[in-house]
Amino acid sequence: MKMERSTIAFNAIGYVFITLLSILCLLPFLVIITGSFSSENEIIAEGFKLIPNHFSLDAYRAMFTNPNQIYQAYKVTILVTVVGTAIGLFLTSMAGFVLSRKDFKYRNGLSFYIYFTTLFSGGLIPWYILIVNYLDMKDNYSALIVPGLLSAWNIILMKNFMKSIPDSLVESAKIDGAGDFRIFIRLILPLSTPGLATIGLFMALGYWNDWFNANLFITTESKFPLQFLLYKILASAAVLKTSIAGNLSPNFKPPTETLKMAAAVVVTGPIILLYPFLQRFFVKGLTIGAVKG
Amino acid sequence: MLGFFKEVAKNRVLFLMIAPALLFFALFSYIPMVGVYYAFTNYSFDGGLFGSPFVGFENFKFLFTSGQLVTLTRNTILYNLVFILLGNALQLLCAIFLAELPGKWFKKTTQSVMFLPFFISFVLVGAFVLNLFSSENGVIPTLMAQLGLPPYDFYMHTAPWKYIIVFFHVWKGLGYGTVIYLAAIMGFGDEYYEAAKIDGANIFQRVRLITIPLLVPTFILLILLSLGGILKGQFDLFYQIVGQNGNLFASTDIIDTYVYRSLAVNFDIGMGTAAGLFQSGFGLVLILVVNYIIRKTHEDYALF
Repeated sequence: MKMERSTIAFNAIGYVFITLLSILCLLPFLVIITGSFSSENEIIAEGFKLIPNHFSLDAYRAMFTNPNQIYQAYKVTILVTVVGTAIGLFLTSMAGFVLSRKDFKYRNGLSFYIYFTTLFSGGLIPWYILIVNYLDMKDNYSALIVPGLLSAWNIILMKNFMKSIPDSLVESAKIDGAGDFRIFIRLILPLSTPGLATIGLFMALGYWNDWFNANLFITTESKFPLQFLLYKILASAAVLKTSIAGNLSPNFKPPTETLKMAAAVVVTGPIILLYPFLQRFFVKGLTIGAVKG
Repeated sequence: MLGFFKEVAKNRVLFLMIAPALLFFALFSYIPMVGVYYAFTNYSFDGGLFGSPFVGFENFKFLFTSGQLVTLTRNTILYNLVFILLGNALQLLCAIFLAELPGKWFKKTTQSVMFLPFFISFVLVGAFVLNLFSSENGVIPTLMAQLGLPPYDFYMHTAPWKYIIVFFHVWKGLGYGTVIYLAAIMGFGDEYYEAAKIDGANIFQRVRLITIPLLVPTFILLILLSLGGILKGQFDLFYQIVGQNGNLFASTDIIDTYVYRSLAVNFDIGMGTAAGLFQSGFGLVLILVVNYIIRKTHEDYALF
């Protein structure tokens, strides 16, 4: 069948539009990667380019001569992400389960109690003062984990996932004499795996990408998570550069600008490598939620 | 009261299971609400919550009369309006094209590419901005020099940053929103399109007369829902792009960055809390209004 002229025109516009947007989405990643493989001298003399004239591994070499800082930050981030996601997901699914039970008398009142926190809050400062002055979490890993454990949205999402499990299953399990917690562990959790996977990934991504809590609460360098370390490298390497310039011969140029870019690549690498897997789960979870409204 | 205790005794396990969540929100959401009292004090670190001198509405008065709050609120609202409208429009367009274009491989690849920015941290966005715009060696100033254009220091001008911030916001949310709209389009079913084809409608007519009208409710609903949060600024985005660059605040300062600076830079606890309380209170009123409108127009989607 021959294509109509209007269809050809539509497709042409569509391909160009989508391709352009895709390029714009990739471009920043590209400049970081090419920047990290540039030679420092070229950057100093001419600035960053989309495609560098000279290929250089100096930045990565410099970083991996003393990689302890990066390894340590990886350890912190992995610890925080695993512990936070595991505990958070468990508590979220328990709360979601209770609120999804139609025979639980206070489900509406308690749902609103949780939901209201998204409508009104005391703001950043009272929250900060509570955590630092009253809970004494300053410079403690718990400050990276505990404040982000639960979110009202995730609990509501979980509740909606679990609502779609037929009540008759719970009822027949109760008649068989199973307790509520047993029903939750043996029956509801295995049936909620798509919801658990999506919400778990949301949580893990939140912990992995968090720099804000570290910025507020963490002062010891060995406790910096990855993103906050990257933030510090981006901001403070500039200071490093000026102090070196005064002390050393003008010919010596330690990589600082390219080092920042290499650090960005090393910190973001795992997310990009896991991306195809992450994306599949996300899209699935999102569309389940979207269809339900 | 007796009924409540009976209920607890009967559903002991369920109450125990939800207890950690209830405790969490009591601790991290409800107790800080008491802390809004700071907004009415001239906070001193010695005095603490109830030992600091009470000043009534002085902090609010200062924020209003100095014009600061007006600027911050205007910036916050205008940025969010542009984010919402431009973001949704582009997501909608992408979804329409992706739904109609042939070529499985092309669609899969571009969709993956457009979703990628959603997964990266805002710190990396900060790295992009540094690499692209840095006065000394950024890609764009370098490119401009190569083209023989006069040197232009991005960090000395406020004008370009509005566009940079909007760009990165739209950039980060494009894939996510496209997936939502695409799911809506996929839910429409083929009947309308088949019937329109038989009637001789071309693809532009099908999009204009079927897809877009069917998408309008979703579009309006998503816009309305976002309008409820129009006073909530995206701190990560603004802070990672602008940082502590005082030169640029006039056009880039939002309530959230102001509150953060009150806490971390100026130690002006009373003033910062007051700005935060204004944001929360005004925000609550907005959500109530939006919810009222949704309940009148799309009852099933009302928030509460």
